[in-house]
Amino acid sequence: MLKQEERYISWVVLIGKNSLDHIMSEPLRIVVAKPGLDGHDRGAKVVARTLRDAGHEVIYTGLRRTAEQIVETVRDEDARFLGLSSLSGAHNHLFPKVCELLKEAGLNDVIVFGGGIIPVDDRAVLFNCGMRAIFGPGTPTSEILDFIEKACQESNIGVGGVSEWHWSSTS
Amino acid sequence: MDKQLITEAFNGCRRSIARTLSGLENRELNIADLRGLSPEENGNKKSIEWSSIAITGAPGVGKSCLIDKLLSRWAQSGLKIALLAIDPSSPRTGGALLGDRVRITANDSAELKDLIYIRSIATRKSSGSVPLVVADMTEFLLMVGWDRVIIETVGSGQSEVRCAAIADRIVVVEGPARGDGVQAEKAGLLELADAVIVNKSDLPGAEKHAEEIIESFQLGLGDTPPVLLTSALKETGIDEVADALLSLKDSGRSTRARWRERLLGHHERKILESDKLDEILALLAVGSISIDEALGILDED
Repeated sequence: MLKQEERYISWVVLIGKNSLDHIMSEPLRIVVAKPGLDGHDRGAKVVARTLRDAGHEVIYTGLRRTAEQIVETVRDEDARFLGLSSLSGAHNHLFPKVCELLKEAGLNDVIVFGGGIIPVDDRAVLFNCGMRAIFGPGTPTSEILDFIEKACQESNIGVGGVSEWHWSSTS
Repeated sequence: MDKQLITEAFNGCRRSIARTLSGLENRELNIADLRGLSPEENGNKKSIEWSSIAITGAPGVGKSCLIDKLLSRWAQSGLKIALLAIDPSSPRTGGALLGDRVRITANDSAELKDLIYIRSIATRKSSGSVPLVVADMTEFLLMVGWDRVIIETVGSGQSEVRCAAIADRIVVVEGPARGDGVQAEKAGLLELADAVIVNKSDLPGAEKHAEEIIESFQLGLGDTPPVLLTSALKETGIDEVADALLSLKDSGRSTRARWRERLLGHHERKILESDKLDEILALLAVGSISIDEALGILDED
């Protein structure tokens, strides 16, 4: 049997070597959703997989969900984050609708981010609706994880939160 | 404990129900503390055969699609149905991709959505196809007015019977052409089934497989449970199965196994919730202690 000190030393060595084995005590629950008539979900699946591999619980809605269905899913699954993906060009209609319904449902503390084909000029409107990050094509998956980590430290950045903070994405 | 949250949950607020379920899942709330708070209107817990049913079976036999159809049928008859859909967590990172909702469309209907509650659950650290905390979540959903709770287990093979610890009834879903007659003779999960459903009956081999299962049961002791054919895809046999399951009797074959699984489940939970678990795993991984020493440290608790 090892002494307490020896145990502590092997533990520290291990953390340094393989941080994957250090399982989070409580994973974040994150809904990844595809609103509207858009059949392209490669991006959403890559993001879902990235979040999964970072130790989070990802609930994927599948394709062609209405804003109402997405909000009901976030409510029933008690998700802390919602990721919206759109490649159809309808983001200016669908994303604000989801944000509005989240607030109506009292889900003001849910943190919303988005991605897909979202021109830079369109993004300010989406930030004003309460979204906290928009990721375009070419975003490294690690940047999304950095955003999630930073968002967990910020306060009042839920969709109904008063903070003006949003992530400055690289693409 | 957040009293307001619990009160809202008992008043039917779905957001509060969802948050209370998270509290139970994260072990911040204890189901025993919630029991006393239930408003006294449980007189209507009348003579139903069961409150919770586990639907289990191998990956790909069509559990999710079948459950989707059953949710619709049961909700159409006015029942409030909750589905707890379980998917595995990564043993490496603890993350999970919970994808059961992709196949569920029953709650798309505006008339039925208020009667259907769906929650995706990851197995987290627990072994087996159903984490024990699902029993607490089921009990809470029944407390706040849901009539029946369906538990969809992780796709599981032949011997995974942890669901017996949690649900009142066990339904095993099979598919056609799943091996020769010897498969139906093998010991395991099928023996505990209160009903067996052979799904994908539109494909060849389903009827033959159902007959093999029935023969296998008839060789053993006790009554043969219902063995039913469905095609979730073509929607055949669904009404019959929906009716048969609602009044499904306990086969009585799983009582002892049920208690064994409960005991194992609670023992496992004790280990998983030990403060020393992370440290012990780290030491085991670098080979500085043996399994026996690890058990010794856990026993010190």
